[in-house]
Amino acid sequence: MSDVRAVSATPPATSPAPAGPVAVDLSAAYHGSNIEHVLEELEGELVGLAPVKRRIREIAALLLIARLREEQGLTTEKPTLHMSFTGRPGTGKTTVALQMAKILQQLGYVRKGHLVVATRDDLVGQYVGHTAPKTKEVIKRAMGGVLFIDEAYYLYRPENERDYGQEAIEMLLQSMENQRDDLVVILAGYKERMDTFFQSNPGFHSRVGHHIDFPDYSLDELMAIADLMVRRQHYAFDQPSRAAFGEYVALRMRQPHFANARSVRNALDRIKLRQANRLIARGGIVSREDLARIDAADVRASRVFATGTDDTTDE
Amino acid sequence: MRITQGTFSYLPDFTDEQIKAEVQYCLDNGWAIAVEHTDDPHPRNVYWDMYGLPMFDLKDPAAIMLEINGCRKTFPRRYIKVSGYDSRYGRQTTALSFIVNRPPEEPGFRLDRQEFNDRSIKYTLHPYATEKPVGQRYE
Repeated sequence: MSDVRAVSATPPATSPAPAGPVAVDLSAAYHGSNIEHVLEELEGELVGLAPVKRRIREIAALLLIARLREEQGLTTEKPTLHMSFTGRPGTGKTTVALQMAKILQQLGYVRKGHLVVATRDDLVGQYVGHTAPKTKEVIKRAMGGVLFIDEAYYLYRPENERDYGQEAIEMLLQSMENQRDDLVVILAGYKERMDTFFQSNPGFHSRVGHHIDFPDYSLDELMAIADLMVRRQHYAFDQPSRAAFGEYVALRMRQPHFANARSVRNALDRIKLRQANRLIARGGIVSREDLARIDAADVRASRVFATGTDDTTDE
Repeated sequence: MRITQGTFSYLPDFTDEQIKAEVQYCLDNGWAIAVEHTDDPHPRNVYWDMYGLPMFDLKDPAAIMLEINGCRKTFPRRYIKVSGYDSRYGRQTTALSFIVNRPPEEPGFRLDRQEFNDRSIKYTLHPYATEKPVGQRYE
């Protein structure tokens, strides 16, 4: 029944010629899928991450070709879409996952293109019989879109053999296999811990088609990110304050718990706080330029400068 | 005798694709969707059993199809219906409900007449299926 329908539905979707070589305009298909726009957005919004962007372009090309092949009747196995994003905190895994969901939607691999972010707490229950409904609920919510499991290795706790995480893992594996048309799973976390996680759960490893590693940002890239954030929030560095912020980032990078772009964002939030306090303390008349400008003193007041290497908190 | 009830009672049974499309309509309207089942075919039977919990913040009909198929697997020979509940203030009622599964054989109803005083007669619809206890009907 479904075969009959598939055959009768294919010809109008592609071109009238039923047999023989049929040419497809690749660039038209590329532009028609609107995917170019998403890729450009990815290029423009994300600083650095060259290997990640390259991999995503490659994946997008593969998926586009796979779809064209399918339209031409060259049946191939449906490409595996589940992915793993590895990298240290603040390297843009969630942001890229959001874009990935959009790309998959443009190419018609997921219907809705929404991203559901889940961690161990959302999937694993507290007592017997609690895990399955919880995991199922999350899977159902993510259907038609992308399920992003942050720090996926926490699902697996080898030290406790009665841990309910195993149950969640089994359910996830099952739906990654059976609901491949409805659900794409992206697993994310630190590289080393993901590697051990995959080693101890070979089922996951074989079902994940693409492993993408997110490199740490360099100082220049972090400064570019800071410039972008400052501009987007309608603030402005002047020459000395930008230099001071460069010193700040260089110092901060050497400290523990450095979370790349997230640390930059947090530092900027605190700088905004200090700028506001400085303006209030000064009183009087403020110009539009004063409201936007970040002073070097706002940056230099950070504890990172005072102690050289700071305590462990993200200050 | 083919039992009909609900929103699309006058139409032939839906295919899965059609069910998905209707469910999508419910989702687009923000209605909570529930899957219910029963083995009592009487039209006045409004107390159906719910299969799982009602589903609120879902985006895609595939998730509801999963529940429908789960229910079909558990109760292949019962009536199963999907209902969309509109929780908006001022409506707060079932907005749409339709049957998605039915037993392969439906024995139908018998009309019972009860003699009453002054030669009047009361009528009762008696479903043949309910002659057996709950859980053993349509087996």
